[in-house]
Amino acid sequence: MAALGAPLRTFRALLRELRHAAGRSYRDTPAYRHVLAAFRAHRVTSEKLCRAQQELHFQAATYLCLLRSVREHEALHREYHGRGERSPQEVAGLVGFRLPQQPGGKG
Amino acid sequence: LPRPPPTPAGSCPVEPCGRRAYAPPAERKRFYQNVSISQGEGGFEINLDHRKLKTPQAKLFTVPSEALAIAVATEWDSQKDTIKFYTMHLTTLCNTALDNPTQRNKTQLIRAAVKFLETDTVCYRVEEPPALAELQKNEWDPVVSWAEKRYNVTIGSSTNILGPNIPASTKETFISHLASYNMWALQGIEFVITQLKSLILSMSLIDRHITVEKAVLLSRLEEEYQIRRWGSVEWAHDYDLCELRARTAAGTLFVHLCSESSTVKHKLLQD
Repeated sequence: MAALGAPLRTFRALLRELRHAAGRSYRDTPAYRHVLAAFRAHRVTSEKLCRAQQELHFQAATYLCLLRSVREHEALHREYHGRGERSPQEVAGLVGFRLPQQPGGKG
Repeated sequence: LPRPPPTPAGSCPVEPCGRRAYAPPAERKRFYQNVSISQGEGGFEINLDHRKLKTPQAKLFTVPSEALAIAVATEWDSQKDTIKFYTMHLTTLCNTALDNPTQRNKTQLIRAAVKFLETDTVCYRVEEPPALAELQKNEWDPVVSWAEKRYNVTIGSSTNILGPNIPASTKETFISHLASYNMWALQGIEFVITQLKSLILSMSLIDRHITVEKAVLLSRLEEEYQIRRWGSVEWAHDYDLCELRARTAAGTLFVHLCSESSTVKHKLLQD
């Protein structure tokens, strides 16, 4: 079985990710309620023997990875890839030039 | 090549908008307030306000698992001003399972998956630089041994340009193992294999032997080695890392949610 750490930690992090995704009314979202119910129903503890608990923990860890990675990927996309092409003015400005106003390069 | 869908309603989930073949729009304004789930005849459905979500080929979007439906609904509800389809991996996987745009049957899907074994990342070794060869041995040998023990097969590894020589019996074992999964789960498995470029890492992940983060790390071992030597370029390395993690996590979750055993769910899944 994969090295997952403490189940409580995973579930808390998962609920936090869901809060980020949802906004104000995170407590009413189906996902939040489902995760909370699943956590309570299986009463995830540090017991190493129960297979269903381990499977649930793995599922929670996987979903946490998904939410986290999507958020981080979107942040990186916005930061580096979201701006589109620069205008000719901006390109000129990168090396300290200004585009000429008159034909022939004057003024 | 697959034929494009007959109607021009091709790509938009709710309204027709005349785009090419199976290419969905990259971004679109959020046009709904509430996302909810309901249970229909074929399974669980997603409602965007009062409209039912449809696939790119205009089929009704139904999934066999409630947990999966909730996760898909969460993807739709997480969208802010614009709908970023490229972040909605679970939705995409469900659409693929429902539409089957490459029109492959179960046998073809399994064959495509097992074919990856011939060029499996963890079996394909370098001889130099020695540090990388050593790293591959230390990190990949354990997972290959695990697979050999777990499935009672011979796999091995190779520095040959042709790759490892996989015995036919090994391929047969994996073929019959994969045949025990239903069509939906298989779409997920094949997706994970394509992302990780490794059948062995994918099985290791699906059998819960390693985490998604570990599987992605092992898949990108050479990149990680180079990054440790030369540094990380955030807009490329981290960007690719996050995307690979997201897709792999989505694929894995998809497989597990679609293979939960219960008689009700077996009736809903098409094989």
